[in-house]
Amino acid sequence: MPREELRSLQFKSMKTLVYKLYSFSEFYRRRMRAAKVHPDDVQCLEDVRKLPFMVKSDLRENYPDKLFVTPRDEVVRFHASSGTTGKSTVVGYTQHDLDGWTTSLARALTSCGLGRADTIQVSYGYGLFTGGLGLHYGAERIGAAVLPASVGNTERQIELMMDMQVTAIACTPSYLLHMGEVAQKMGVNFLRDTKLRRAILGAEPWSERMRNRIEEDLGIKAYDIYGTSELSGPLFTECDEQKGIHIWGDLALVEILDPDTHEPVSPGERGELVVTMLQKEALPIIRYKVGDITTLDEEVCACGRTHPRIGRIQGRVDDMLIIRGINVFPSQVEYALMSIPEVGSHFMIEVDRKGELDDMLVRVELRREFFSDRIDDLMRIKKKVTHTLRAALNVSVDVELANPDSLPRFEGKAKRVIDRRRI
Amino acid sequence: MVKKHLIQQVSMFTENRPGRLAAFAQAMEQAGIDIYAFSIAEADGFGVIRALVSDPAVACDRLTALGFMVKMTDVIAVRMKDRPGGLREVAEVLGRADINIDYSYAYSSKHGAVLILRVDKAEDAVKSLKESGVPLLESAEVH
Repeated sequence: MPREELRSLQFKSMKTLVYKLYSFSEFYRRRMRAAKVHPDDVQCLEDVRKLPFMVKSDLRENYPDKLFVTPRDEVVRFHASSGTTGKSTVVGYTQHDLDGWTTSLARALTSCGLGRADTIQVSYGYGLFTGGLGLHYGAERIGAAVLPASVGNTERQIELMMDMQVTAIACTPSYLLHMGEVAQKMGVNFLRDTKLRRAILGAEPWSERMRNRIEEDLGIKAYDIYGTSELSGPLFTECDEQKGIHIWGDLALVEILDPDTHEPVSPGERGELVVTMLQKEALPIIRYKVGDITTLDEEVCACGRTHPRIGRIQGRVDDMLIIRGINVFPSQVEYALMSIPEVGSHFMIEVDRKGELDDMLVRVELRREFFSDRIDDLMRIKKKVTHTLRAALNVSVDVELANPDSLPRFEGKAKRVIDRRRI
Repeated sequence: MVKKHLIQQVSMFTENRPGRLAAFAQAMEQAGIDIYAFSIAEADGFGVIRALVSDPAVACDRLTALGFMVKMTDVIAVRMKDRPGGLREVAEVLGRADINIDYSYAYSSKHGAVLILRVDKAEDAVKSLKESGVPLLESAEVH
């Protein structure tokens, strides 16, 4: 569909949605009144910026289903988030919602090159988590055979992968790497002993480097998938070009905003992802601040699809630091450090205010094999780290070399930032 | 015999915070290792402790086990003549042989004043110095 037609469709859907919510949702009506905006003020697609935001705590505070706008008997499914950063949230779906979710994934899987001939192992958790069931229905919709393996019992999963001639797997990138290690212990070589050719990976942050490693180690193509339970679940993936995640414009409207000013960032610039779901019924989502940092690409993709694409998720808004007016994400530091063999990938960021200026210190571990008793050699490494970080972050930082294994290790969510500024 | 004149120095990376030297010294004490000489080189935010000790291999193992980053470096120990021109002689020999001195420090041993040299080409340095009659300590005399 040409981009202009897509935009016009998005506008119509948004307008309908806003009118509907203003009439039927106590929550949205109050929100819109507080923001002094009436549905009649929405005159073009850009007017989405007049609408109030929704955030995770809105769902928590209205636990479990106070934000639902359809009568309870129209709801056919619930899912619940695990509540890793707070109280659990519940999402609900009408049949129409499930169809939209499935359609989104069916298109996504098709765009990865999957179809009827494929056998797809779904190794996301089945249950309250949206990953398992979402991919399950999406894969069935494209006529593929589904192996609903869920999580755990890795050896059995690898046996089934071989026996059932699985061609694609959907799971977290770390689980796939784990499977690779277990397979090796079992004497199984993915490339030689399985028919696995594609992996749809997500539900946790991962990097281009991890993709390269997975693709090389396992001899497959790995595609990024995106979604959260508030939006329905996993919804969007990269196409076969692997150049960003296509956001189906008829289903969702995405904005990338400066986390502070809430103004749209320039094209291609990093910012906060804000999503409006255009077709959802039971739990409408308008301008939902997912909290993820990414980029937006509205150019037509090499695959021919006109739907806009978002880049890899580069961090969380909660992690963002503002250093001398520049937004800095710990994930950028991590990525930059990965290109420097002399230092490890663990790091700590310490921020202070010296006089009127922000002072950012990055502590990195020198790797044993690069330790030299010559100060010059060490200074060269330190300067290399300083320059690499400066180029990556656009802000100058101090670097401190530390002993290997001396910086804190984190299980689960890492807390790599100590901000001592008193502002 | 060049090798016997290469003396193993323990070099340890230190972060720039209080108590690092004490941590090093304590580790040596607990391992029953004598420190004959040491120097601290400091740079912007870090430093390197360099030391001649009675048992460098044990010292390295001990320090590594404690989480420190250490390595052994070959250095040369010159027995200094107690007269004017002693240092010039050593420096000239090395200069003529196109050998660069990375760093040096001195200590007073039972053999008198000893100059420790860390050079870029240790074996060449030993040869040149010996050929020029500069007295060098052997590893066995130091440890």
